[in-house]
Amino acid sequence: MSEIPGDLKFLKSHEWARVEDDGLIRVGISDHAQAQLGDLVYVELPEVGASVQTGHGVAVVESVKAASDIYSPVSGEIVEVNESLSDTPEIINEDAYGEGWIFLVRATDRAELDELLDANAYEELIENEEH
Amino acid sequence: MAPFPEGDAAMTEKTVLNAAHRALGARMVDFGGWDMPINYGSQIEEHHAVRRAAGMFDVSHMTVIDLHGQRTREFLRHLLANNVDKLKSVGKALYTCMLNERGGVIDDLIVYFFDEAHFRLVVNAATRAKDLAWIERQARAFAVEVKERPEFAMIAVQGPMARGKVLALLHAGDRPRIEKLGKFAAAAAQGPHGMPLFVARTGYTGEDGFEIIVPNQHAVALWEALTGAAVAPCGLGARDTLRLEAGMNLYGQDMDESVSPWEANLGWTVVLDEGRDFIGRAALEQQKAGGVPRVMIGVVLDDKGVLRHGQRVLTAIGEGEILSGSFSPTLNKAIGFARIPAGAAGEIRVDIRGRELSLRPVKYPFVRDGKPCEGI
Repeated sequence: MSEIPGDLKFLKSHEWARVEDDGLIRVGISDHAQAQLGDLVYVELPEVGASVQTGHGVAVVESVKAASDIYSPVSGEIVEVNESLSDTPEIINEDAYGEGWIFLVRATDRAELDELLDANAYEELIENEEH
Repeated sequence: MAPFPEGDAAMTEKTVLNAAHRALGARMVDFGGWDMPINYGSQIEEHHAVRRAAGMFDVSHMTVIDLHGQRTREFLRHLLANNVDKLKSVGKALYTCMLNERGGVIDDLIVYFFDEAHFRLVVNAATRAKDLAWIERQARAFAVEVKERPEFAMIAVQGPMARGKVLALLHAGDRPRIEKLGKFAAAAAQGPHGMPLFVARTGYTGEDGFEIIVPNQHAVALWEALTGAAVAPCGLGARDTLRLEAGMNLYGQDMDESVSPWEANLGWTVVLDEGRDFIGRAALEQQKAGGVPRVMIGVVLDDKGVLRHGQRVLTAIGEGEILSGSFSPTLNKAIGFARIPAGAAGEIRVDIRGRELSLRPVKYPFVRDGKPCEGI
């Protein structure tokens, strides 16, 4: 399993968030999550311009095994989605923290990020999950 | 994302190959009370390994039951919806349903013929307890002894290269005989280090291959010999997509005690021969005469998305549901079985999270011997 980048914040439900230089929040799922789900075969992306709320399902990723809702770590507006996932969802399996990002949000309240786990706390969470 | 389902490791049973799976880095899940490998990395690569070369599955969780007694054949004529009189030569196997009095499917299973006083059943893991109870209850009147064989493990080796890989591991003297085994036939043979094997030319993938019953104490050595012969370890995830592509039913998903074989496309396994009074026969005949209310069909989703068990299916004559449904790695799109009302269904659609997508009804299997079937 790959190293967890230190600049990421996490939801307990395994989404990551990264604050970009322009202040937008990039969102994806963790490497641990993709490994648990197995080969991804379909990603249902949100629409650009859609408003999203913390803790609400925004996208769906489907592996051969199951479908999982993806929650947004912050409230705001979707400004971009990773269109390449439509044809090649397996990018998430290959590069969950990089090319496998799912959507970009303009946050209405960036303080919401303070509620998230940092990389160390997330690592601890998944270690406990695996016991 | 929703939290992952967590199996309680302490509560689940383990096959004798459990440590071997973990050593290979398998992702383990609770499968019908058993701690089993779902994949060893990539389910899709494992699927392709079986379609293109050779893969192997630990299916030791399945239940082996031996039946002994002079009246065993007579008992099985009564117990099973298919007719064991088709089993004439030693080692021959038959796929059949075991029904309740209402014609509902208690389980689907394979029965092997050894001799008139000895037959073997291989039944599903998740139905083990109820199957054993039912069989024991029915066997009493025939004085047939019902003996579970937990001392056996089972490894399925499947794919176009599977038979060759297994044959190379057998005692030289056994090879010509096992090579000549017909489909749905089995025989004893000596494996690596002289271990005693029961080799059946059966499977659950739509590919040629063997299912091998091996004593527990030899299972790891056999698994390692197969690994050494470049047979890819495959998890139950790949097994599920392979059998679905091959058009094979999964108990609990495609049929159960509330479904008759007519409603599960298993009519081909039911023999309504003259004068044989098998359990469930009266109910089946009654349903056939009155009209079977539901049918099971194969469907392809040409749109993007994945078919899943339980999704709502809409037709011109009422609603149905997706039974088995998954992404097909060979076809690169979703396929499934649906149970819908019998009759002129018209356009068929599936409701996936509130979106209605068109389904294309097809004749299955979807894939046979590595290739998409015509019309899929």
